[in-house]
Amino acid sequence: MRQRLETLFDALLPVIATLAALAVGAVMLLFLKVNPLEAYAALLKGAFGSFNSFAETLVKATPLLLVALGICISFRGDVINIGGEGQMIVGAILATWIGLTFTDAPGWLIITLALLAGFLGGAVWGGIPGALKAYFNVNEILSTVMMNAIAVQLMNFLLRGPMIDPSQAEVASKIPQTARLLDAFQLERLAPTRLHMGALIAVVLAVLVYILLWRTTLGYRIRAVGQNPHASRYAGIKVPRYVVTALLLSGAFAGLAGAIQVYGVNYRMITDGSASGFTGSAGFNGIVAALFGQLHPLWSIPASVLFGALLVGANSMQRMVQVPSALITVLNGLVVIFVVSSEIWRRRRQRRRLVVGEEEAPPKPDKSQVQTGEAQK
Amino acid sequence: MTESNKLPSGQTRIDSLEMLNITKRFPGVLASDHVNFDVKSGEVHALLGENGAGKSTLMKILYGLYHPDEGEILLNDKPVSIASPNDSIGLGIGMIHQHFMLVPTLTVAENVALGLPSTRGFMTDLDQVSKRILELAKIYSLKIDPDAYIWQLSVGQQQRVEIIKALYRGAALLILDEPTAVLTPQEVDELFVIMRQMVKDGHGLIFISHKLHEVVEISNRVTVLRDGRKIGTRPTSEVTKQDLANWMVGREVGFIPDRGVVDRGEARLELNNISCSSDRGTPGLRGVTLEVCSGEILGIAGVSGNGQRELAEVIAGLRKAASGQVVLEGQDVTGLPPAARADRMLSYIPEERMRDGVIREFTVAENMVLREHEKRPYSRAGFLNLGKISRHADELIKRFHVKTPSRDTLAKNLSGGNIQKVVLAREISRAPRVVIAAQPTRGLDIGATEYVREQLLEQRRNGVAIMLISEDLDEILALSDRIAVLYEGRVMDIVPREHATPEKLGLLMAGVHLEESVSVVK
Repeated sequence: MRQRLETLFDALLPVIATLAALAVGAVMLLFLKVNPLEAYAALLKGAFGSFNSFAETLVKATPLLLVALGICISFRGDVINIGGEGQMIVGAILATWIGLTFTDAPGWLIITLALLAGFLGGAVWGGIPGALKAYFNVNEILSTVMMNAIAVQLMNFLLRGPMIDPSQAEVASKIPQTARLLDAFQLERLAPTRLHMGALIAVVLAVLVYILLWRTTLGYRIRAVGQNPHASRYAGIKVPRYVVTALLLSGAFAGLAGAIQVYGVNYRMITDGSASGFTGSAGFNGIVAALFGQLHPLWSIPASVLFGALLVGANSMQRMVQVPSALITVLNGLVVIFVVSSEIWRRRRQRRRLVVGEEEAPPKPDKSQVQTGEAQK
Repeated sequence: MTESNKLPSGQTRIDSLEMLNITKRFPGVLASDHVNFDVKSGEVHALLGENGAGKSTLMKILYGLYHPDEGEILLNDKPVSIASPNDSIGLGIGMIHQHFMLVPTLTVAENVALGLPSTRGFMTDLDQVSKRILELAKIYSLKIDPDAYIWQLSVGQQQRVEIIKALYRGAALLILDEPTAVLTPQEVDELFVIMRQMVKDGHGLIFISHKLHEVVEISNRVTVLRDGRKIGTRPTSEVTKQDLANWMVGREVGFIPDRGVVDRGEARLELNNISCSSDRGTPGLRGVTLEVCSGEILGIAGVSGNGQRELAEVIAGLRKAASGQVVLEGQDVTGLPPAARADRMLSYIPEERMRDGVIREFTVAENMVLREHEKRPYSRAGFLNLGKISRHADELIKRFHVKTPSRDTLAKNLSGGNIQKVVLAREISRAPRVVIAAQPTRGLDIGATEYVREQLLEQRRNGVAIMLISEDLDEILALSDRIAVLYEGRVMDIVPREHATPEKLGLLMAGVHLEESVSVVK
């Protein structure tokens, strides 16, 4: 009974964490002399109030979902990918280059190639820290973050130099952006809104990732290695290979998210010097969406929509109740911190439960298992 | 007489320490059963016993890591309560753990000072610590440089740092938990010199070991524990290695299952002069040559940590052999990865089944195909055939009597015995040619133990070559056709079952050659 309660608690933890974050946000709103209820009502209305605003929510949710799918894979393989931002950027750069270089080809071909290029670019950017972890034991949290910094500078360099919009190159302002993609190369819109094909692609991929993780030998191995590298090794699985694969696939989905942002929303790359200027922090928020979805690709769909709503709703909250835009970032950050910390806390609790169970009977560690086994029945 | 009460380190002597009627129960196990034990100033009292005999439990109680269910501890004839290591340190009891508790990136002085209040408040007093270390080093003739970093020191030197650390904290009585396990023979000699000096100065020492010759060499008295009970305490001068070996392992051989008559067939697994290192980088195996034949169980006896783990891992391909060959059915597989060896129908029941045998967060069904999931019929073109996997799991659950609510139950929710059945089912159902079974019944209840043993015998009847690694001598004697004894990474001897007795094996396990034992008996 107690165990079932704990399972339920674990499942609801992200929701509890989000509410806690909103509560802290409410305190901040009070300090700004804004009625929190009013503010949160504005948020809800902004996100779901009209067909158009809901479409906008889905537009924001699309890159979150794509990144989240990759996170589902890597976290299941016990590799932490904090490099979604960089992977999105590199994927976007490659995809943009395809679209700007081969202007004579048919649209469907270019879009296919561009999305593939985005996928590959992200895969490389994720695969490098993956290989460093698997073969040199480099901490992937650090290396993926560092790869983000490299990607940003690469983007800034390319958009100011080699890839700059030719029309901008001639004028004095020299806005660091690429030329605009041809209309034929843009992802189809799904309704008279900004909603595009990318959202559909993301949902289809969510199903495919589910199949990958639970219906293929590759997914089986990634999960096995993530849960217990020792037993995996003993069973003959080449553990390092699947550490690389997990991070590589994770990067690939982020790269695809970057490519789809260019081909579905912006139609060009433009930089304000930071990573979030291009990604809208989807590389980070995707992690939260995935954790919120219990690292399950299908549950990541509603989780991404929720966070997309938070982003869109926050903007409208800013307009309607006049809170500074910085507070929106803070609110978003609070949710991230609360959800991520709750996940780490959950894991630690789980490990402690495990360790306690093992240490109760040092001479014969299996005895504790007998007990939990009986408790189950 | 106050002067004589002091040790050279300035600490008050502990004239006597007694543990009376110490009893400690763990769920399902009586780890310490009304044990009496005492140490006096100026002696080395050896504590001898097999793994799981209760040596560590007793010492952990003395050091305050466990609390006894019954019994009391008298220090200089006065009852004391020891609730934590802080209490025991305060009373002048120090412990040198088998695995050193040192920070490699800090210096000797920093390690000694670690956790102690500084005399200068927020500022460190490392110069004073260093001075005191040199003082102690001089008194006990321990060569040590307070400014050396731990990672620069050899294992023997690190152990000296641990001793200094204990002395610095005022230890009058020292518990040395298998201190020689990690040392080279030369380092052991040096340690014994230090120990003799300490005893001469009035310290009391408790020496835990399962190496008979060391016990005989260094101790004044020896206490033997077996299955949590005390077998006896004697002055070392009055006992022989033979006596000690008998006490240590001399229990009646239990129920012997029907083995049946099986003709020994061709050699299926051969090891030629295999050497490898242990996890610590010390030699794990030193030139092991063995063969296991079809229809035979080769028992590997030995006290744990004498190369059993390394042996199993080298055969399975999980550990690199520094030299020598592993030959499976005539084919040299030394360079092949674990999967390739498994494909040659080598099965492995690992020692740590929770860690290496199953994935706790996977279902029973998923665990059943851990080895074969990429093969038909369990998968095809990279896609798992869940139907086949489920049917396979149901079949094995039935055949191997695995008690589980369903095939979709997570392995972590099964009892130890049932987890072992899952591992056994997985490894045996694939019709192996060679099976390595490492401690296959450790921690299992009687029913599960019998079942596992019966399954191994069944495999033997089918002509499978089985290597049974076990610390349980009864098990080895009951199941094996031949018994190889491992000691410090070497095969001491290979004894046919007909000639094997617990006494003989006990001596071999303790590193005594049989010719030597003959002279001991005389």
